[in-house]
Amino acid sequence: MFSNPDLLKFIFGRLTLESIPYHEPILVATFAAVALGGIALCAFITYMKWWGPLWNDWITSIDHKKIGIMYIILAIVMLLRGFSDAIMMRIQQAIAFNGSEGYLPPHHYDQVFTAHGVIMIFFVAMPFVTGFMNFVVPLQIGARDVSFPFLNNFSFWMTTAGAIIVMISLFVGEFARTGWLAYPPLSGVEYSPGVGVDYYIWGLQVAGVGTTLSGINLIATIVKMRAPGMSFMKMPVFTWTSLCTNILIVATFPILTATLVLLSLDRYVGTNFFTNDLGGNPMMYINLIWIWGHPEVYILILPAFGIFSEVVATFSGKRLFGYASMVYATCAIMILSYLVWLHHFFTMGSGASVNAFFGITTMIISIPTGAKIFNWLFTIYRGRVRYEVPMLWTIGFMVTFVIGGMTGVMLAVPPADFVLHNSLFLIAHFHNVIIGGVLFGLMAGVTYWYPKAFGYKLDPFWGKMSFWFWFIGFYFAFMPLYVLGLMGITRRMSQFDDPSLQIWFVIAAIGAGMIAIGILSFIIQLVVSYIKREELKDETGDPWHGRTLEWSTSSPPPEYNFAFTPVVHDHDSWYDMKNRGYARPLQGFKPIHMPKNTGTGAILAALNIALAFGLIWYMWWLVVVSFVAIIAVAIGHTFNYKRDYYIPAETVSTEEGKRTELLAKQV
Amino acid sequence: MTTNSTSHEDAHEAHHGHSHGHEAGHGSFKSYVTGFILSVILTAIPFWLVMGDVLDSKVATVAAIMIIGAIQIVVHMIYFLHMNTKSEGGWTMMALIFTVIIVAIALVGSLWVMHHLNTNMMVMSPEMMKNLP
Repeated sequence: MFSNPDLLKFIFGRLTLESIPYHEPILVATFAAVALGGIALCAFITYMKWWGPLWNDWITSIDHKKIGIMYIILAIVMLLRGFSDAIMMRIQQAIAFNGSEGYLPPHHYDQVFTAHGVIMIFFVAMPFVTGFMNFVVPLQIGARDVSFPFLNNFSFWMTTAGAIIVMISLFVGEFARTGWLAYPPLSGVEYSPGVGVDYYIWGLQVAGVGTTLSGINLIATIVKMRAPGMSFMKMPVFTWTSLCTNILIVATFPILTATLVLLSLDRYVGTNFFTNDLGGNPMMYINLIWIWGHPEVYILILPAFGIFSEVVATFSGKRLFGYASMVYATCAIMILSYLVWLHHFFTMGSGASVNAFFGITTMIISIPTGAKIFNWLFTIYRGRVRYEVPMLWTIGFMVTFVIGGMTGVMLAVPPADFVLHNSLFLIAHFHNVIIGGVLFGLMAGVTYWYPKAFGYKLDPFWGKMSFWFWFIGFYFAFMPLYVLGLMGITRRMSQFDDPSLQIWFVIAAIGAGMIAIGILSFIIQLVVSYIKREELKDETGDPWHGRTLEWSTSSPPPEYNFAFTPVVHDHDSWYDMKNRGYARPLQGFKPIHMPKNTGTGAILAALNIALAFGLIWYMWWLVVVSFVAIIAVAIGHTFNYKRDYYIPAETVSTEEGKRTELLAKQV
Repeated sequence: MTTNSTSHEDAHEAHHGHSHGHEAGHGSFKSYVTGFILSVILTAIPFWLVMGDVLDSKVATVAAIMIIGAIQIVVHMIYFLHMNTKSEGGWTMMALIFTVIIVAIALVGSLWVMHHLNTNMMVMSPEMMKNLP
């Protein structure tokens, strides 16, 4: 029976034993490590009897705070994967000189740089940002959850499913060898006949569903669920930037989905949207993907700007300078980000008029961004600045991001871009803004909101270690790339002929090593802080003397966030409440209406992994079965009427009573 | 203390009272039938134009189908999605305007960009190359 090739082909599609890369020692070692780690983790969870709590309290949870935390855990796990790709590339490029081919064959190296880009953008930066928006926004606007709590859980698991699909490609088959945006014709079936591009397509499509739905969810939350008195111009800046980011997500992710659908039609059913002949045009793919791709970078940076705004105001002990201008700048960036996409392909030959238009719009974006930098500077000016770790990240950001912004304006000049396009200068530029902007912002946010999420602060010593290693490591890793880019070295090279270049790559590799220590310090920080949690405990709920509503609840906040919905009079509403001598209500609690946990989101996401796996390997029976199952589970869920419950008034009373005791201890 | 907590309760009620009174209207039977008939007509016309070879020029047929398609979208929005300037406190209208702007940017931009790419990047003689803008 097992020798029947037709039956095998029916069951496994194009998946054969040769698809498992057991002949590549690096991958085998990685797999062994992952498998051992996974078994150890499962054993540990079993030993601690955590499976029940894991399922009941986390996986099925529709509490926005827990979902936010899970998003960030996903991002940190994927950061480790993305970073190991990075360090592999840096080592390869540092040694592949003088005829040496390095240790990564081109076939493997190309997968590594593609996976690095895809993972860092879609599965590190995106879940990190979405995690913060999920955790912080409802607390900042005085809400008890997001508008659609089940959808929120489903979005998270779809994002995780996308990440899992990409991770499977490491050990079953291969990943795309096309670069992170999979330009055709290289990503077409003719030049990439394997499963790599299919892993890419379905990983992103599944995760894209999650991202789009969470965007819709958060817009509805911000528009509909603000506390009474919180008009739009009284929203905290982070909520404002989240609103703009989610509008960008909802407006642009459908373009990505549609573009990838067209590419998959080309690959699966032989259409010719992006082929070289029969009327197809690969340039159209590049045009479409950047209509999504440029707003995408603002999707990442705007929430980071929001985090910096919160941090700067809090640690300078001052109202944010130019709140209104900050809001208008955010909105201006949101609109302008739709008008610049062509600067990613000035060299494709659109001609002078088109290039001039998009060059100018690109330069215009730096105006509202510059306004923001000045607002932060003026907030610091004559403030009582406390140089705690979040503030260090913020100052580091302001210095680094300005450099990245200036090289961006250089790239925005089309004639200069003709020299710099696809060079390491470009690589240095976007790492400069993504690390110096997004990542520093996220790290500031982790340190800033960690006590809110877990009830104890992060250890400042290891936080400072992490910051300084990241900060200095960044300059060592990317300044050499600016130099190399100006010398004309292009990106994605796996080996080099000119030995005089080697020193720059060695310096860059040393920088990457320093960043590795930075990441390690961050992990040590998490462990050390957990061990010292009694010492670092935050019982006030307001460890930094914060200004916005999330600091008015306990740390960690109760399930219902606020026993009574606060009334807002100012955009620094908690600061305003403290000044007016706000007294916490101590009685008159009512039962609180809350959504109930459900496992449907996780089940649907698991079925989506099966569906994607079937589509990737041409296992059509699996596609049919999982697709039917997805529809059935989704319809089944609509008959689930046990969606809510009430937290009894006594429970609320007990919870709030505990907090009253803690607060009384402070005075 | 008591007065304080009362004001908070009020806020809470006001906040949660919202979520039920704000839904957009569910159209009447008549509006659904009107919408249905209009969409059937607007679907039938393009079929007739293509299958009956009614118009002489292909460009005119394509243009007609595009225009009828655009009208069809509006019919769906009014009769099936119950959109008007007031529903959801004007938010649907605002979202629509935003969507139209974004779609217009994407379409016009792509047509403009692709037109230039097509003109500049097609195989050309050295003579033509010299006269490029």
